[in-house]
Amino acid sequence: MAKIVVDGNEYEVDPNNNLLQECLSLGLDLPYFCWHPCMGSVGACRQCAVKQYRDENDEKGTIVMACMTPASDGARISITDGQAHDMRERVIESLMISHPHDCPVCEEGGECHLQDMTLMSGHNYRRYDKKKITHHNQYLGPFINHEMNRCITCYRCVRFYDGYAGGTDLSAQASHHHTYFGRHEEGTLENEFSGNLVEVCPTGVFTDKVFSQAYTRKWDLQTAPSVCTGCSTGCNITPGERYGSLRRIVNRYNSEVNGYFICDRGRFGWEYVNGEERVQTPVQIVGDESKEMSDEEIDELFNDLAKGGVIGIGSPRSSNESNYALRKLVGEANFYPGIGDDEHAINQLILELHKDKVFHTPSVREIGQADAVVIVGEDITNTAPRIALAVRQSVRNKAEELAALNNIPVWQDAAVRELAQQERSPLFILSNAASRLDDVAQQTFIGTCAEQAKFAFAIAESLAGATPTGLTDRQHELLVEIVEALRNAKRPLIISGSSNRSIEMVQAAANIARALSAEEPSHLALMLPEANTMGLELLVSPEQRLGAALEKCATGEVSKVIVLESDLYRRAPTASVDNALSNAETVVVLDQMHSATTAKATHVFPVTAFSEQESTYVNYESRAQLSFKVHQAVTDAKPGWKWLTNGKADINKIIKACSDEAEGFGSLDGLVPRLSQFVAGLKIPRQSHRYSGRTAMIANRNVHEPKQPTDNESVMAFSMEGMPAMKDASILGSTWAPSWNSNQSISKFQEEVNGELKQGHTGTLLLTKKIESGVPFTPPQSGGDGNSAKLTLSLAFQIFGSEELSARSPAIQKRMTDAYVALAPADAARLDIKQGDSVGLNGGPAVVACIREKISEGSCVVHCGVRLNPHDLAGTVSLTKAADSLPGKGLNGLIVSDLCEEGY
Amino acid sequence: MSRPPLEIGAYEANDGYQSLHTIAAGMSAADVLETIKSSGLKGRGGAGFPTGLKWSFVPQGESSPQQKYLVVNADEMEPGTFKDRLLMEGDPHLLLEGMIISAYTIGASKAYIFLRGEYHGSVKTLTKAIAEAYDKGYLGNNILGTGFHLDIILHTSAGRYICGEETALLNALEGKRANPRAKPPFPQVSGLWGKPTIVNNVETLCNLPGIITYGIDWYQGLGVGADAGTKMFGVSGRVKNPGVWEMPLGVTIRELLEDKAGGLQDGLGLKAFLPGGGSTDFMLPEHLDLALDYDEISQKGGSRLATGTMIVLDDQTCPVGMIGNLMKFFAHESCGFCTPCRDGLPWVDTIFRDFEAGRGSEKDLNILKEQVDYMGPGRTFCALAPGATAPLGSGLRYFEDDFKEHIKQKRCTFKD
Amino acid sequence: MSSQVIASTKNRARVLTEAEISEIEHEKTLYPDNQAVGLEALKIVQNHQGWVSDESLLAIAEYLDLSVADLEGVATFFNLIYRQPVGKHVILYCDSVSCWICRGDDVRNYLSDKLNIDYGQTTEDNEFTLIPVPCLGDCNNAPVMMVGQDLHRNLTKAGIDEIIGQYRNKSA
Ligand SMILES: Cc1cc2nc3c(=O)[nH]c(=O)nc-3n(C[C@H](O)[C@H](O)[C@H](O)COP(=O)(O)O)c2cc1C
Ligand code: SF4
Ligand code: FES
Repeated sequence: MAKIVVDGNEYEVDPNNNLLQECLSLGLDLPYFCWHPCMGSVGACRQCAVKQYRDENDEKGTIVMACMTPASDGARISITDGQAHDMRERVIESLMISHPHDCPVCEEGGECHLQDMTLMSGHNYRRYDKKKITHHNQYLGPFINHEMNRCITCYRCVRFYDGYAGGTDLSAQASHHHTYFGRHEEGTLENEFSGNLVEVCPTGVFTDKVFSQAYTRKWDLQTAPSVCTGCSTGCNITPGERYGSLRRIVNRYNSEVNGYFICDRGRFGWEYVNGEERVQTPVQIVGDESKEMSDEEIDELFNDLAKGGVIGIGSPRSSNESNYALRKLVGEANFYPGIGDDEHAINQLILELHKDKVFHTPSVREIGQADAVVIVGEDITNTAPRIALAVRQSVRNKAEELAALNNIPVWQDAAVRELAQQERSPLFILSNAASRLDDVAQQTFIGTCAEQAKFAFAIAESLAGATPTGLTDRQHELLVEIVEALRNAKRPLIISGSSNRSIEMVQAAANIARALSAEEPSHLALMLPEANTMGLELLVSPEQRLGAALEKCATGEVSKVIVLESDLYRRAPTASVDNALSNAETVVVLDQMHSATTAKATHVFPVTAFSEQESTYVNYESRAQLSFKVHQAVTDAKPGWKWLTNGKADINKIIKACSDEAEGFGSLDGLVPRLSQFVAGLKIPRQSHRYSGRTAMIANRNVHEPKQPTDNESVMAFSMEGMPAMKDASILGSTWAPSWNSNQSISKFQEEVNGELKQGHTGTLLLTKKIESGVPFTPPQSGGDGNSAKLTLSLAFQIFGSEELSARSPAIQKRMTDAYVALAPADAARLDIKQGDSVGLNGGPAVVACIREKISEGSCVVHCGVRLNPHDLAGTVSLTKAADSLPGKGLNGLIVSDLCEEGY
Repeated sequence: MSRPPLEIGAYEANDGYQSLHTIAAGMSAADVLETIKSSGLKGRGGAGFPTGLKWSFVPQGESSPQQKYLVVNADEMEPGTFKDRLLMEGDPHLLLEGMIISAYTIGASKAYIFLRGEYHGSVKTLTKAIAEAYDKGYLGNNILGTGFHLDIILHTSAGRYICGEETALLNALEGKRANPRAKPPFPQVSGLWGKPTIVNNVETLCNLPGIITYGIDWYQGLGVGADAGTKMFGVSGRVKNPGVWEMPLGVTIRELLEDKAGGLQDGLGLKAFLPGGGSTDFMLPEHLDLALDYDEISQKGGSRLATGTMIVLDDQTCPVGMIGNLMKFFAHESCGFCTPCRDGLPWVDTIFRDFEAGRGSEKDLNILKEQVDYMGPGRTFCALAPGATAPLGSGLRYFEDDFKEHIKQKRCTFKD
Repeated sequence: MSSQVIASTKNRARVLTEAEISEIEHEKTLYPDNQAVGLEALKIVQNHQGWVSDESLLAIAEYLDLSVADLEGVATFFNLIYRQPVGKHVILYCDSVSCWICRGDDVRNYLSDKLNIDYGQTTEDNEFTLIPVPCLGDCNNAPVMMVGQDLHRNLTKAGIDEIIGQYRNKSA
């Protein structure tokens, strides 16, 4: 701790930070632009000028940039000093020289950091009366608008996009006051974190294009704290609603999980909520007829279902409450996971590993701190994108180490990067094909799942002191390199997951981590495919397999089945689903959207989307998080549990019951805030205190102002009135603080910059360590290398398209590729397949051929898109050239670094 | 150039590369460093920082990075500066010899000459000289049996004044946009590709051979004032005999302007001058008897010796126009990284355009005055904009009447 | 760095000539990484082609495995890299202070009128492009300009006629 003096007041601060960060941590108002809480300082904007004095006798002082000055012991500064104030006012004035006067039509207006800082700096009259500089705007794809005239050249966009997220298609161009930020030519911003530009840009250069279509000012959005359901990371988000439709999603700060950034799937994958394809009302389907169900009929149906003899299929994208309610309704013995059997087995293994004291599952923040990472097979960029962003930061730990050796503070961002150049903490990737993280990887190992598992087992053996056999020279070299890197690391991390459906991979990853564990548990992050895979797996036993359930239906052993929020045609082989559903008498499907499964149902019930319900989800770490209801359901939808309990439960009751009765969920109930914890029992408003037009909202339909809906189940209210977040931020939808209208106001709610939220919590870890120490897994006996004419198959995932619900959003669809099969050039040549050809899989459905450099010969990687059922594909596949070309978009939009150019 | 450059033979015959033999005969790197420190040599690139002291910041020893770099700043783009080209085209071996001394001292095995892209003549002379030096064993492996190894790579710049700023130069060499870097860390610790690096001006390096060959006493004896050695001094503008001369540090300005440059052209009077290139403050005729050394120019003349190349403003040339020309230059050459420079200078520039066109106003004159402080030292990220405020601030002070006259007459008063 | 260019963009790169490639390969021996070579390659290609077209930019990015956007950022930063076509002879006219004092503007206006082009423009016959350049470091011979690689000093209006004539004759 160091003591500094700011305007005569003494404070204790962290000398390892800069003065700007420490001033903000202290709650002082000091304007800035180029500094970013997790990207450090570069000193470009000169907005954070303060006066610094040598000692108490120094009356003159000098102007310094707070962000570029260490908060060292004894530092004396003044923010209010006249010269410093004047400097800040001049900076704003010159930044605004060419800034358009378009706040009224600018989508940043009302949450614009530039507006805030302008006011804070005291500049209010434009003296500049010469010609303005104007720029050309670019088309940047379906997600992002570009309005360069608003740019204030803070360099944050490129620093985030390029430096932080590893993007390669946005850069600073030209120079002096013509400096421009854009692509080399118009086109889609390729990086999967491009949406963060909207929040990183302090003004309206990069804005949310999807939001544009039905734009609403920040203060007019109804918001609540929510959790992203795009993958198992569990990023915290703030969705915003107006006039009964969802409008946008922005990041919600959580120090342990997503920090300041989310991925584009999470940000843009919500449009399905408002879509026409939503299941509108409860219907019964008889033959070709579907008829709306009356309340009595519904009552009758569920009373009947409660009598037993019903199979319930839970969902990894459903809340704990709904899954629990289903289990309760059908009984544990009849409750099955809507998860493919291979994956289920791996997920259960992962649960077991979680309980082993030898392992620790790191949070996203901890992942970013790792100093050596081995990824075994999991393509995290596409299955858990935010984790990939964290891994990308982890390689920078080496730079921070070097900086420390050279006495360069880590917040000196550019200096640290220049010092380290290409020096990175080691990252090794075992993978089926090239991945998006290869650019920061020290080495990659390309092989089939079995080859990767074998190699990973060898790493573990070698770490444990044995000498693995059966490796090629090149593999052996790589092995030595990896083992050494892991041994030298202070915070090594192993990542794998269940998306590949290879249990050996996860076992091998666990073996590596086990071999590394010393006094401290070693870090092992095992990704799960969906938002609540962990929650569902906690409710079922390994023996409850979906295959068995379908079998029971098919054989007529059970005639009634309830399918919760799942398209079974993505979860099990088509034939077995067909058999099961056509033989069952009653097929009740509860879902948000129509699907191949609802098409086979006898009864379909509309279920609320994530933003329409209060619910809990459990992420890959077993972190249970509460997500609040943002708005009323767009349709007649109700939460799954509400249907399943036949309206008998409320959210508090169901969470309590789940907490009490379901093993492992004991701390779930603690997540739910009680009104009594707030001052005078005040509710938390979902609307800002500036929310406007409430009386006129539906005036086009009815001039009488409707009563605001009440929410008896939640501590949140559909209202502007209640507990101001500034008083208690434990439930923080959208941030706002006096003078701070933009998302930068977050610092007012943090214990310190980048710290935990005041009064807030980051979720609860459900799983506790029970197993003293398990034993290593034995590697499988390598099977015959059978030189069959078939190619060994593994699956490819795409951030845009592989998740069921987001894939129904138009903006996401614009970034999706067709189903494809990727194969090595040699195999393509042998089979006479050219880039972009349409190719039949096992003589069946046709997909696009994608010839890639980094795939082992004899294997292929298939992306199923939204058309193919991955469970119809076995471990090997034969490819035949199909006659017709596919009507879709082919490989258009596919971004991989190892595409063979031939044919293009 | 009035004569072709010296061939290596002729150069050697005139004590060329003698210093390397002196070193090979038993001077350690530490000895050389000590000698350069004691010589009092100050950098000739503009800032006048003591060269030996700068070198001493390069980390040495086992634990320091093994790769170190020497970079020659031969970017010479300061308006009114034309001394380094003369040295490179007239005496390229002198530069190479200086580089070898410097590289030896700091332990750099690789040296880049960052040469201004438009200096095609220097490319020719340096390319030839480098080849000759390799042939003779002054470059390459095991130079003169010292075990020391040095490669010199000639790099031509793709343009822009900011590349002369030493850290922007490093970015340019790395093939990046030439924005300056934060200091600290200084290049001596983390420079080219993150390795310890010394950036020295051409002329600075050209001083080294003499110091080693003839000794400190000889070198210090050259200066006639407080500073040691000689310096290249130039005069441009409407004088009778514009040119560059090597003269002892400490001679008077009058000697340079009147004896060497022959005074102003017939019919013209001296209004003011910039003593050391476009980034220095104006000085007036009353300063003519000050000595050309670093302290005297700054303490008594209110300016800086900087590059030592004087730009003369005669009494029939418009001072507002001259400053306007400089402001256009600085505005255009701003790298675009920090706000005051990127957005302040163009504003200043457009105000000068208005003055030129007879649209000058009191309001704008006041804005100009404000901008001097706003873009001054410490306010911007690097020294470019503060450099611009030197002629601007002093010009506003010295030529206020001219500015006012422009406003009053709504035209440039030097044009008819 | 492995840049991830959408295939359709890659496709538009032109093919680098053997001479260009061999010069680029030589530069690779002088610098420790490809980023540094990128800027050199821009100069090399410009030397051969007169300017850096989009197709050239893409070709270099691909050849050196650099991000096109970054390379564009670099190409547009430096004033001696031309991202637009230029005439056969590029005239760099010194517009800095010493030349200005020595009435360089008058001569420049004369040149501009004579060629009927302003700064940044190319004559209709594609012979000359006129570009302003900061101080050429020949201030004792002001005003000065550079045509191609040749420096022309102590410029006068009469001198301009002669110089332009010479280049026109060379081309003819
Ligand atoms: C905008 C700017 C331009 C500069 N241009 C040059 C230059 O062209 N040549 C030069 O030697 N130094 C130039 N300098 C000074 C260098 O940054 C650096 O101080 C110098 O090269 C150090 O060399 P020395 O110690 O030998 O003087 C410039 C500085 C600034 C701020
Ligand atoms: S003062 Fe700022 S904008 Fe100007 S050249 Fe230096 S860093 Fe660039
Ligand atoms: S925030 Fe300090 S200079 Fe930009």
